[in-house]
Amino acid sequence: MKYAYFPGCSLKGTGKAYEESLLPVMKHLGVEMQELDDWNCCGATAYMAVDEGKACAAAARNLAIAEKSGLQQVLAPCSACYLVLNKTQHYLHEYPGMRQTVARALETVGLRCEGTSAVRHPLDILLNDIGLEAVKQKVTRPLKGLKVAPYYGCQIVRPYATFDDQTNPTTMDRLLEALGATVVKWPLKTKCCGGSLTGTLPEAGLRLSYILLKEAIKRGADVIATVCPLCQFNLDAYHPKISARWEPVPIPTVYFSQLMGLAFGLPDNQVVLHRGMIPMKPLAAPAPAAAAAR
Amino acid sequence: MSAKKEELRIGFYVCHCGHNIASMVDCVAVARSVEKLPGVALARDYKYMCSDPGQVLIQQDIREHKLNRIVVASCSPLLHEHTFRGATEAGGLNPFYFHMVNIREHDSWVHTDRQEATEKAKALAEAAIRRVAHHKALEIKKVPIHPDVLVVGGGIAGIHAAMTLANAGKKVYLVEREPSIGGHMAKFDKTFPTLDCAACILTPKMSEVGSHPNITLWTYSDVTKVDGYVGNYTVQVKRKARYIIEDLCTGCQDCIPNCVFKEPKFTDDFNEGLGKRKPVYIPFPQATPQVVVIDPEVCLNFKRGKNPDGSPIVSDKCKKTCVEACGEKNAIDFTQKDELKEIKVGNIIVCTGFKTFDAGRVPAYGYGTYKNVYTSLEIERLVNASGPTGGEVILREGKNPDGSPKTPKSIGIIHCVGSRDKKTNIWCSRVCCMYSMKLAHLLKEHTDAELYNFYIDMRTPGKGYEEFYNKLLEEGTHFIRGRVGEVTDWAMTPEEEGKLVIRVEDTLAGVVRRIPVDMVVLATGLEPQADAGDVRRLFNMSCGGDGWFLERHPKLAPVNTFTDGVFLAGCCQGPKDIPDTVAQAGAAAAEAMVLIDRGYVEQEPNTAFILDQECSGCKSCIPLCPYTAILFDEERKKAYINEALCKGCGTCVGACPSSSIVQNLFEDSEIFSEIEGVLSYD
Amino acid sequence: MDIKRTIKYEADRVSGFGREVMAVPGCEALEHCIQCGTCSGVCPLSIYMDYTPRQVMELVRSDFKNEVLQSHTIWLCASCYACTTECPRQIRITDIMYELKQRAIKEKVYPKRFPIPVLAEEFTKMVHDYGRISETWLVSKMYLRTNPVAALGMAGLGMNLMKTGRFSLKQDKIERRSELARIMESVDQQNQKAQA
Repeated sequence: MKYAYFPGCSLKGTGKAYEESLLPVMKHLGVEMQELDDWNCCGATAYMAVDEGKACAAAARNLAIAEKSGLQQVLAPCSACYLVLNKTQHYLHEYPGMRQTVARALETVGLRCEGTSAVRHPLDILLNDIGLEAVKQKVTRPLKGLKVAPYYGCQIVRPYATFDDQTNPTTMDRLLEALGATVVKWPLKTKCCGGSLTGTLPEAGLRLSYILLKEAIKRGADVIATVCPLCQFNLDAYHPKISARWEPVPIPTVYFSQLMGLAFGLPDNQVVLHRGMIPMKPLAAPAPAAAAAR
Repeated sequence: MSAKKEELRIGFYVCHCGHNIASMVDCVAVARSVEKLPGVALARDYKYMCSDPGQVLIQQDIREHKLNRIVVASCSPLLHEHTFRGATEAGGLNPFYFHMVNIREHDSWVHTDRQEATEKAKALAEAAIRRVAHHKALEIKKVPIHPDVLVVGGGIAGIHAAMTLANAGKKVYLVEREPSIGGHMAKFDKTFPTLDCAACILTPKMSEVGSHPNITLWTYSDVTKVDGYVGNYTVQVKRKARYIIEDLCTGCQDCIPNCVFKEPKFTDDFNEGLGKRKPVYIPFPQATPQVVVIDPEVCLNFKRGKNPDGSPIVSDKCKKTCVEACGEKNAIDFTQKDELKEIKVGNIIVCTGFKTFDAGRVPAYGYGTYKNVYTSLEIERLVNASGPTGGEVILREGKNPDGSPKTPKSIGIIHCVGSRDKKTNIWCSRVCCMYSMKLAHLLKEHTDAELYNFYIDMRTPGKGYEEFYNKLLEEGTHFIRGRVGEVTDWAMTPEEEGKLVIRVEDTLAGVVRRIPVDMVVLATGLEPQADAGDVRRLFNMSCGGDGWFLERHPKLAPVNTFTDGVFLAGCCQGPKDIPDTVAQAGAAAAEAMVLIDRGYVEQEPNTAFILDQECSGCKSCIPLCPYTAILFDEERKKAYINEALCKGCGTCVGACPSSSIVQNLFEDSEIFSEIEGVLSYD
Repeated sequence: MDIKRTIKYEADRVSGFGREVMAVPGCEALEHCIQCGTCSGVCPLSIYMDYTPRQVMELVRSDFKNEVLQSHTIWLCASCYACTTECPRQIRITDIMYELKQRAIKEKVYPKRFPIPVLAEEFTKMVHDYGRISETWLVSKMYLRTNPVAALGMAGLGMNLMKTGRFSLKQDKIERRSELARIMESVDQQNQKAQA
C-alpha cells in the first residue's frame, strides 16, 4: 500500500510529534507514504475567510501535484488539511465557476487538477484499508488499563467525512480498543476545542479547551487521544494558562499514533511522548515478556 | 364507416384556465393557428372550458355548426376528460369523437418562456386535430360490482370504515396484521384536545367490530395477493398461525398464568418495550378479538430453526401447562400452519397507517444513549393506567433518596423530532404539537414537574386546538421557541449535575440557554410504514416522493386512488389526527358505497381486439396478458380477447408479431397521425 | 440611563445583499431557513456572540449588510461545522460565515486591533510569500499588530514549547514560490475581469 502524504505545516512545526509518531507506525504496518513534492499550505480556516477563490486554488495546487505523482490516495493527517482539501474537491465538483477559475489559474503553471484523487484520513485508512486485525497483530504491549478519552474534534467528521458518523464517530474508539486500551465514553468527542480562538480570543477559545479537559478527567480518563495538531496544541500547550484561569486540569493529550507506537512497542524516539507538556503516566501493564512468563 | 365518408368538421377549443394556461400560452394565437388546419370547422378560446357555459358552448357549436369531432386543449384528461366527453355526448355526438390535449401540466406549468410554450401548445393541438380525424364511435361497457368490501388495516381508520359499511348492510372483510385491532390509537392514553380517554372511546367500537354480523374480522393476517379490477377483485389473505383455534378460545386467558415461564420476560411491543410479556399473551386487556396468541420465537414448545415450508419446528419439549389450563376447550394447537384464504370483493379500502420516526436517527438527542430520554409513544404507555407502571411516571434510571424509583421533577419535550428536517423527513407531522401539549398536561398532572416544550412553530389549527394551547399556557408549561441543539449529560454548573442538559436557543429571547431536566421526551414524527412500497404495489397505488400513498386529487378526490375501486383513509395517505382520520374513513366508505349501490361500473372502451384473418395463432400474446383476458380457440387456431377482462394495457398489441391486435382509441392510424402532427408543426 | 434607538428603517437595508450572498457557492440554501435556532443551539461560541448565528442568517436574508459585517459573530465562528451538520434545512452556515468574513475584510469594517481578522490576513500573506506557515512567526506578527503587550504573556508558552522541542524560528517555505504566486495572480486577474 502506498499513499501520497500531505503533512501540512503544523506537522512540521508545533505538531511534529504527530508526524514523528505516525510515520514509523505506518511503516511498521507496511504502508508506504510518499511526501508530496513541494506541497504548500492548505489554507486552513484562515484563508477561506479572506479569499475563497485563492484558497481553493492554493489547495488545488496540492491536489494537482498529487495527481501528477500518480498516487490517487492522499493521506492528510491534520484535520484542517483534511477538511480543506476535501472541501476543495467538493467545490471543484459542485461549482463549475470555481472549477473554471481554478483550472485557468493552474494552467498558467502547467498544472491540472481533475479532482480524481481521494483525500483520506489516517483513521479511515487504518480501519478500512489496513484493517483492525492487522493492527492487532502488531500489538506487543497492549495498553491494558489505560483509560483513553477519544477526541475527534470537529473537522475530520464534519462536514465532509464519509468514513464515520458525524455526531457519534467510533473509528478511533475501535482502534484504541484494538490496542487494548479502555475507551472512555464521553459526549464531547466531537466538540470544538476552540480552534484558533485560543490565541485570538482566549477567554472564549480556552474555555472550550478547559471544558474538554475537565470533563475527560471527570469521566476517569488517563489521557486524551487526538487526531488534530491544533486540538493537541490547545489541550496541551495552553494547559498552564487554562489551569491558571479556571482550575488545574492535569491530563495529557497525545496523538492516537503515539498510542499506537506505544502499543506496537516502538522505541521512545518514535513514540515521542516527551513532546507533550503533561507527562503520561507509565503503563500499568508489565512488559510483554513478563506477561508471557506469568 | 359513415363518419369516414362525411366531411370532417372539427371543433377546437383552447381553455385559458384563468391564468393557469393563459399566463404562459397565448391562447388566442393557438386558436388562430389551429383554425387554418384542414378539417377544422371552428376554433375558439375560452376562459374556463370546464364551466357550464364552456360545456354549453361545445353543445351549441355541435348543433349549429354540424361539428363531428371535438378537441379541447386544457388541463389533464385525468381532471376533465369525463366532463368534455359528457358535453360532446350532450351535443349529440358519440363521446369518443372527442379528444383532449393537456397544455397545462404538460406545457404552461412547466415552462418559463411564453413564446416557446405557445408554440408547443400549437404543436400539441395539431397532433390532436390529426388524431381525432381517425376516431371512431365506441360504446361504454357496464360491468357489475361485487358488493363486498375489503378493509385493510384495523386502526381507527379501518375500524370506522368497516363499521360504516357494515351498518349500511354491506359485507366487510377487515384484515389486520397484528393480533388485535386498535392500531396506534389503542396505545394512546388520552386524546387531544378534549382529553377523552382513548380506550373509552375506541374499545366499544372495537368490540362492535368483533361482533358485527356483517364484518369478517381476520387479525394476525396479511393480504398477499390482489387480482382483478374495480368491482371484481380477487384477494388472497394469509392468516398467520397463532397456534390458537380462534373459534375455540374464549378469551379466559387461563393459559397465561399457567405458562411454564413464571415471569414475563419478553419485549412487550404494545407497551413500546417498557413492559414484558410471556410467550403466550394477549396484547392488551381490551384486545379484539379476545384471543391469545403464542409467539413461536420464544415458546419452549418450538425449536430454533424452520421447517422447509418456513414454519417453526415443534419440539414438544415443553410441559405444555398452558394446554392443561385450557382444558377441554382445546383451543391450543401447536401444529397450526399459516392458512391462505381467497375472497372476492368489489372495493378495497386501504388504511395501513403509519410508523413513528426512529428517534435513534437523531443522535444529538441521545435516545438509546441516555436512559431517561423517551419517545412520545413510550410516554403514552407510561402515563396509561393499564400501562407497564400502572400509570406511575417513573424514570428508567435513577432512584429517589429513599431508594424508590425516581419521578421526574423537570421534563423537556422536544417537538419536530425527525420532522421538518431535510436530513430525515421534510414534512410537518401535523399531530406532534398537539400531542406534545397533551403529554405535557398529563405529565404535569401525574408528576407536578416543571414542563418545557421546545418547538419550532406551534401548529394548532383545529377545532378547540388553540384553546388547548391557551390552557397549557395557563398551567404554567414553558414554551420555548427553538429547535434543540443537543441533549447531553455533561454539567457546567452544580444544578446540572446528574441531569440531562438541553442546549437550545430561545429564539424569541435571542439567547442560548442550557436547561437541566430529569426526563426528555422526543415528539417523534410520523412516517410511512416500512413496507409501504410493497403495499403500494399490491394494490396498484401510487406514492408521493415522500412515500405516503397518493390520493387521486388532493382536494377533490382525497380518498380515491388512481386505481378505481381502491380507496385510502387515515395516515397511510399522510399524517393526520384522529378526527381527520375518522372523517376520511367515513368518506372512503361512502365512496365505496357509491359504486356498490350503483351496481355497475362503466368500462373505458379502450380494449384490444384481434383481427381474426391476420392472427397466425402463435400464442405469444397469451402469457403476456396480466389480466388473463386472451384465450385460444383450438379449433380455428386463433386467439381471441375477452373484452370484459381486457383492461386496455396494450401489452399484447405491442407484442403481436403479425400486428394483428388492435386497441380501441390507440389504433395505429390514430397514434401515427398524432406523431405526424407533432412533427409536422414548425 | 443610556437609551438606544433600535428601530430599523427600510433605508438601513442594503437592497440585494441577501441575494448576493445566496448566489455564492455554498450559500444557496439560506433561502430555506426556518429560523429554528439549531445553529445557535449547537454552536459552542454562540454564548459570546452579539447576534446568534440564527439572527445573522435572518439579517443576511433581510439585507442588513452593515449589521452583519460589523457583528462579532462572524469572527467568533471557529469553523467547527456543527451548525452545518445539524441544520434541518442543510444550510451551509459555516460557509456563509466565511463569505461574510471575506466581505468584512474586503470592506475593512472589522474592529481595529481585532486579532481574528488580523491573523487571517497575516496567515494569507505568509502563504502567499512563502507557501507555508511557520506558527511562531505567524503568532508573533499577529500580536505585534494587535496587542504587543499581551505578547509578553505568551513568553511562558514559548518557553514550554522550547522545552518540548516544538519551538522553531525557521521560516518554512516551498521551493517553487513563483509557481504559487502565479496561480494566485491568475485568480486575482480572473476576479477583476469578472467584476469589470
